[in-house]
This record gives sequence, C-alpha cells and structure tokens, in this order.
Amino acid sequence: MENIKKKATRQSYGEALLELGRKNKDIIVLDADLAGATKTDLFAKEFPDRFFDMGIAEQDMISTASGISTCRKIPYASTFAVFAAGRAYDQIRNSVCYPNLNVKIVATHAGITVGEDGATHQMIEDISLMRTLPNMTVLSTSDDTQTKWAVEEISKIQGPVYLRLARLATNIIYPESQKFEIGKMVEITKGEDVTIFATGVTVEQAINASGELKKQGISVRVVDVHTIKPIDKEMILKCAKETKLLVSIEDHNIIGGLGSAISEVLTDLYPKKLIRTGIKDTFGRSGNAKELMNLYNIDAEYLIKTIKSNISM
Amino acid sequence: MSKVEELEKKAKTIRKGIIEAVYEAKSGHPGGSLSIADILTVLYFNELKIDENNPDWEERDRVILSKGHCSPALYSVLANRGFFKVEDLKTFRKIDSYLQGHPDKNKVPGVDMTTGSLGQGLSIANGIALMGKLQNKNYRVYAILGDGEIEEGQIWEATMTSNKYKLDNLCVIIDNNNLQIDGSIEEVMSSYPIDEKFKSFGFQIINIDGHNIQEIMDAFEVAKNVKNKPTCIIAKTIKGKGISFMENRVEWHGKAPTEEQYKIAMKELSNI
Repeated sequence: MENIKKKATRQSYGEALLELGRKNKDIIVLDADLAGATKTDLFAKEFPDRFFDMGIAEQDMISTASGISTCRKIPYASTFAVFAAGRAYDQIRNSVCYPNLNVKIVATHAGITVGEDGATHQMIEDISLMRTLPNMTVLSTSDDTQTKWAVEEISKIQGPVYLRLARLATNIIYPESQKFEIGKMVEITKGEDVTIFATGVTVEQAINASGELKKQGISVRVVDVHTIKPIDKEMILKCAKETKLLVSIEDHNIIGGLGSAISEVLTDLYPKKLIRTGIKDTFGRSGNAKELMNLYNIDAEYLIKTIKSNISM
Repeated sequence: MSKVEELEKKAKTIRKGIIEAVYEAKSGHPGGSLSIADILTVLYFNELKIDENNPDWEERDRVILSKGHCSPALYSVLANRGFFKVEDLKTFRKIDSYLQGHPDKNKVPGVDMTTGSLGQGLSIANGIALMGKLQNKNYRVYAILGDGEIEEGQIWEATMTSNKYKLDNLCVIIDNNNLQIDGSIEEVMSSYPIDEKFKSFGFQIINIDGHNIQEIMDAFEVAKNVKNKPTCIIAKTIKGKGISFMENRVEWHGKAPTEEQYKIAMKELSNI
C-alpha cells in the first residue's frame, strides 16, 4: 500500500479553486481567518482582488457571500465545517437557501478525523443540518480527483451547495480520467454479498475492508456517495435488490447523515435492513485521526467485524 | 408644489398603503413601517436610480430592508413606484399572494434581497457594495436597520467589514423609533449611544429627524459625497408615525387595526 498517494481533500480544494479562478473571473472567495488551513490562501495569493478575508465572523461571511451572489458573481465561502454549518446556520437558511442564491459553501475539517483539536472542532452534524435545507445540494467527496471535479462542477450549477471536506490525508482513489456526475453514486468495486455505502474519508476504509473480506470469500460492493443530496435512489434500489446485506459508514453522527438518507429511500421504496456505521450520537475527543476512527468504529476493522457477524453465507 | 411638499403628500399615500395592507391581512407590522415611511418615500421617489420596468437592472441602486418585518412600507413604495399594482397590497400575507409576510426577492419585483431574520442585511449590503467597487460600478447600496435590530451581534461583525473595505458606496440608515417588541430600547437592551458606536466603527455619522423630508434629502446628498468611509444616518423617528393612536405605542409593533381603527387611521391620513 506504500505506493498509493495520499492527499487531504482540503488541499485538493485549494489547488482546484486556484485553477477555477484562472478560468472563471466570476469566482469570488471568502474565508474567515482560516485561509491557511482551508487552503483558500492559494487563490488569495494570485487573486487578491477577488479574495475577502472576513475575519473571525462566519455569520457575516455567509451573508456577505449572499449579497455578492446577487451581483451575478459566484462566491465560494470557506471555513471549518463546525463554523460554517453550525455557527452560520441561520444565515445559510435565510440568506442563502430560502432565496436560492448561488453561494458555494466549502467546509473543511469535517468529522472526528479533525483529530487533536477535539470535540468542539469535530463537526458530526453538518450533513444532517445541510441536507434538511430546501434548495441545498450537499456533496461530500472522498479523494483528490473527485474533489477537484466537484470544485469546478458546483460552479456550473445554479443554487446553493455545501461541499464537505476533510483535514485528514487519504488515498487518491480515482484516476484523473474518472468521470463523475452530481447525484450519481460511484460503484468502486463489484460485489454480490454486501454493499457498503461510504462517503468522504470513510470510502478508503470501505475499500480496505472489501479487499480483506474478498480474501475471506465475501464479495463486497463499495459505493462512493459523493452526493448526499439529491440522493441516488436508483443505485440504492439496485444495491438493495442485488446484494444481501447493506451497510453505511460515515464520519458523522448516525442521526441525520448518510445512513439516514439511505434509510429514508429504503423505507419509502424497498424496506430492507441497513446497518448504519458512524458516530453513535456522542461527541468526539482529542486524539489522532487513525486512533479516533478505530475508537468510534468508523474504520475498516469495524466494517470487517460487523459484516462478518451479520452476513449469512 | 415644492419637491418637499410633493414628497410629503406622497408619504401620506405610502402610509395609506401600509394601513390598507396590514388591515386586509389582519396581521403585520404597522408601527415600524410607519416610522420608515418618510425615509422610504424620499429614497424611492427622489433618490434611487431604479427602473420599475427592469427591476434587475445591473446598474441600479439597491435597498436592503434588513428590518424585513416592515415589508408593508417597502411594498407600498414599490407599488406606488410602479413595480406592481397598488391594489395587490390588499393581498398582503394571504395564501395565494406573492406579497409574503417578509420580503422575498424571488417573488416581489423590486425587492433586492430576501430578509426577515434580523441582523443579516448589513452583511448582504456589504457584499453588494464590495462587488460595486470590484466592478467599478456607480450604484449605491442602502441598508435600513432597526434600533432594536442592532442588538444582533452580526451587525457589528458587518460594520467591521464596511469599515475595512472603506465602502463609501454604502449608506446605513438606522430607524431609531426607540421601541422594540418587549418595550423601549433602554429597557430591553440598550443599543445607545448608536451614533458613537457607529462612529467608532469607522462610519461617517449624520443625525436627522427621520420625518423631516428636507433633512432626509440633505442627508442622502451629504452621504454621496463622503469618500473612503461608509455613512450611517441615524434617523430619530416615531413608531406608528402619522396615526394618532399608534404613535409611540409599543403594542402597535405587530398588530392590525380593527375596522373602526382602520377608518380612523385612513381619515387621519386624508386630513393631514
């Protein structure tokens, strides 16, 4: 595994945003005193006139972005997920989503994999908060290739977007030539026994688990859910019909996140059990990301154990 | 008729529209709508560069009614300025009407931004003013805030932004009617001294009587010539201004007149 390249999706964001800024003069970037961490500083250096550092004032940043969007510009507003989706929730609801404005909120440092900063900075409720907002599109990308695609793609769609990114460096999963489509899940591995729906940093864990389970005679279909909303109903239905066991894994509270979104579709269209893996309605703690993923049961090890004890071969 | 007299007459028409809308809706916010009626009249009938036939005109001046609950006043000036039919004011807040309880930019022609949740309008106005600067456009941005509304912390985040970027194309207007829902500003949560606060945040301050048409006109003129800093006009106003039984009465913040009260109000507006 040593030859697999790793990169944090926040880094991919910074690089892609700079590229996008070169191509599209309508891109405006805002940050809240975290440009070095969210990597918007790459854009800021080359385009100082189109970059606004709003200071430690996330509510002001989001509403300013909505004002900017009414001038036919495309603002990308970035900070840590906890401050974007949490602190500025009402601004996102009333000044962005209700008026359906073309504001792109790119939130980095999502989930417990933020690590050592601890629970106050580990945003595990943002998917839930953002996907319940009418007009909002919610993305959660898993690697460098996909994130770079998403950063440009969301500039082409009209309306609010929440893009969830991570601090943790994870494997580059896809070749540069890989095609993606908003609202279409990606079937990474073929499998008939189990489907693992994963998103963001947990996709790598699902892939690792599938490799190990394959050796033990269990074939696993890994599905990368980069679009949480709108959710890909057809793929959920297909997997529910074609595989025996359904599992979801996310670096997010199991209430309201990826597992909930899939459950809603299953309840409506094809009632079937889904094993939801994620943070079990508790706050995180300090520690390194790998240790935390293990402690909170969102890693390959836990997936393997869970699948083996639930599958009837 | 002088310009001032003409605008004073127009303000009466605007107030009638407010009363009409709130009476027909049997709900709404007449007090704060009446206190900004003169300011909005001067803006929409003397000051703003706008086109009722092209509400989304890119070069237009913008008004962000941050105190969005005073939508009856905004709707009344927009209707009387020709953005939509005056008779539609009677549909305010009704189930099949485009005139929502709080202003909705996607439903009402001439509304520059959807507002309602207090404290967000100045940030929005900053965003528009920043883009005006970036694109060398000449439009001006007006943000109308309540004196109770500025208790919201986001307002003070936004004032730092207005100051940092030297937004001289921005004019903030504080409707200082001294009343909020639970009582007077001093009783509930004093935002005073408003002028000194905004001054220390880098604004040019203009104190005026918010019901004196000439003073309002002059203030906008002065604001246009301020360079390298934003302006804040603090307009001393009377909540419920123009209707005797509503003036300075906190209970008229958010309720509709009865049929009898409606008749008295309309008569008073005809007599003045």
